[in-house]
Amino acid sequence: MLSRTADNLFWIARYMERAETMARLLEVGARIALLPSAGHGYRSEWDSLLQASGTAAGFAKKYGDPVQRNIESYLFFDHDNSSSVAYCISRARENARIVRTALTTQVWDALNTAFQEMRQLERTPRSQLELSRLTEWTMRHAAMVRGAIDATLLRNDGWDFLGLGYKLERADNTSRLMDVKYYVLLPRADYVGSGLDNYQWTTLLRAMSSHRAFHWAYGGDITAGKIAHFLILNPQCPRSLITSIEGATGHLDRLAKAYHTTTEAQSRSRALLGELSEMTVDDIFEEGLHEYLSRFIGDVGEVSQLVGDIYLSGIAR
Amino acid sequence: MATEYFNEMYEGGAVRAPYARLEDWMQSMPAELRQMKQAEAEDLFRRIGITFAVYGEGGDPDRLIPFDMFPRVFAQDEWRKLERGIKQRARALNAFLVDVYGRGEIVKAGKIPSRLVYRNEAYEKAVSGFVPPRGVFSHIVGIDIVRTGPGDFFVLEDNCRTPSGVSYMLENREIMMRMFPALFQNNRIEPVDNYSDLLRRTLASVAPAKCDRDPTIVILTPGHFNSAYYEHSFLADLMGVELVEGADLFVENGFVWMRTTEGPKKVDVIYRRIDDSYLDPLCFRPDSMLGVPGLMDVYRSGGVTICSAPGAGVADDKAVYTFVPDMVRFYLGEEPILKNVPTWQCGKEDDLKYVQANLKELVVKEVHGSGGYGMLVGPKSTPEQIAYFADRIAKDPDNYIAQPTLALSTVPTFVEEGVAPRHVDLRPYCLVGERIELVPGGLTRVALKDGSLVVNSSQGGGVKDTWVLAE
Repeated sequence: MLSRTADNLFWIARYMERAETMARLLEVGARIALLPSAGHGYRSEWDSLLQASGTAAGFAKKYGDPVQRNIESYLFFDHDNSSSVAYCISRARENARIVRTALTTQVWDALNTAFQEMRQLERTPRSQLELSRLTEWTMRHAAMVRGAIDATLLRNDGWDFLGLGYKLERADNTSRLMDVKYYVLLPRADYVGSGLDNYQWTTLLRAMSSHRAFHWAYGGDITAGKIAHFLILNPQCPRSLITSIEGATGHLDRLAKAYHTTTEAQSRSRALLGELSEMTVDDIFEEGLHEYLSRFIGDVGEVSQLVGDIYLSGIAR
Repeated sequence: MATEYFNEMYEGGAVRAPYARLEDWMQSMPAELRQMKQAEAEDLFRRIGITFAVYGEGGDPDRLIPFDMFPRVFAQDEWRKLERGIKQRARALNAFLVDVYGRGEIVKAGKIPSRLVYRNEAYEKAVSGFVPPRGVFSHIVGIDIVRTGPGDFFVLEDNCRTPSGVSYMLENREIMMRMFPALFQNNRIEPVDNYSDLLRRTLASVAPAKCDRDPTIVILTPGHFNSAYYEHSFLADLMGVELVEGADLFVENGFVWMRTTEGPKKVDVIYRRIDDSYLDPLCFRPDSMLGVPGLMDVYRSGGVTICSAPGAGVADDKAVYTFVPDMVRFYLGEEPILKNVPTWQCGKEDDLKYVQANLKELVVKEVHGSGGYGMLVGPKSTPEQIAYFADRIAKDPDNYIAQPTLALSTVPTFVEEGVAPRHVDLRPYCLVGERIELVPGGLTRVALKDGSLVVNSSQGGGVKDTWVLAE
């Protein structure tokens, strides 16, 4: 397969995963904004959500104060924001257009339909667009693209590059969301274990559509330890770090087998998986959650870089 | 204008034989159904992603080329004659190219002025003396044909470089078969969907001498911003070959390689969809980012085949066009089956005088123009437009040719008010390799505006499915 084609496939997946994360964040923000705050008015976590999505600086520069409507525009529609849903979907579709030959009609159709509908949404007066409709719309289309890939695509190297994009992006997104939770959502360390803390953990779980799953898996009160275990170490959680890295390692193993050559990306990913498998929550808290997550984000970045060098650029070897 | 146009469906009030079964079909479609079907077709096109972006017009890069559901039909005997004429012309054009990059017999024989060949912008000195595999320069010849009467076909122009539009021929058929299966049961229509197999076979048959295995074929595209990108990727997909950009290829050890996830892979045949001047920055335009440095050296040493061959453009120039019937006689010793449109060269003094005196009646084209740009249709133009062209011709006569305004045939077309005749042309795609192949069909372009004779999609033209009926 052409290196450039592999690169396009990798980015289709990354952008679709990112669009979905963005929509989830928006949904959580909107949900919180419906709740009364302790004193008067309503609660607002919009600022935290901008931080979580890594778009706070860009937003402040363009709009100033976090007003919900502007945040919706920025996170959903704004093409200046390279993480907005609209931007991610149009980039995913553009990458797909370039590699039409590597996709099935169904996958292309799913991506192109998302793009065409997005353009219609962009032309629709905002007063007619409920936020919940926009977020549901995004998740539905993200699911349709994934479903089309799953149901129709040949399990060849192209499928592995798509899979790698999804898993590495997801590992990155989950770890960033958790990291932000600790550093931004919680203003001070002594909030840990307080009511506010727990409420925000719930929010985080919601952002990953995992709060029900969490209760099924653990039961009882929400604690930082249980959540860290769920989102980092539990292979049952579809968005946990271990699940993501397991997936990425599987794709790298398959590629190595198909191409008859082992790579450094594969061994790095395997090492990461090995570490996650043997780790306990206590280990993580001992190292410090933020310290651990920063290290993990760096490691995932390194695996992505190696994938880029070895497969996607066509320079190496 | 009181010109009588040949209507391909109705002649003297009666339905012509090839269209016999379309009358009922047309009657059976009330306006609502038609609109529904039209919307369905558009939706299909959009979902498949078949779009045509027009350079310099801005607006929607994903604009659809309008598709008209009313097919254009040829009877078997009509097509046989066209086919013979098209293949004959494709053979002659290739013989001409081998000749002018070789001994130049046709120039020596005085059949064509030396300056038109050797001082032509499209003449590539870099390949002078080189004979490509099987002596083929132009592997895909698109010949634009118009019809003015039952048996009267004229060649409007030849496209020897990289004629586009074949994806529409294939997709139009797919969509028609999907929407109107009954039509295909009632009419026996020759299939066109083996085009991609034939194209692949044609390209494989011209693999370079140094290739000793199943050749690796690629399509070279300028990139996804190009207006014909959809077609490039569509053809790559149908043939099962890689679609590459210049940056995906590199030259090493006398061969061309592409960068893959498994390391470099050797490339034997390049079906390029970029112009000569962008192919190799070391040989042509040094600022080209689209090409592959060193490609021409590999080509000339027989390490790779480029289709169409660099330099093929000298055969489809509008000034050289005039001499194609002479080429047929000179190389093949046959009479041309397809006629040329009488053409005046503004560079010739007598012709210029005639053109200047009759601008109102003529179609004027730029010698190197394409896509319906830089074109004047005298009878359809305002005095201001005519004056503007007169001025431009006077300043640079060599750059213009003129032809009579042809009475292009019409085919019934769905328009807002129902069904009405609209002017059409035809572009068949002739494949030249070890054999000469032509699928029964082509791209019919239709001028959707009432009375318009310009069928280019950049000027409000649409497309139709083109049928050849089986015997």
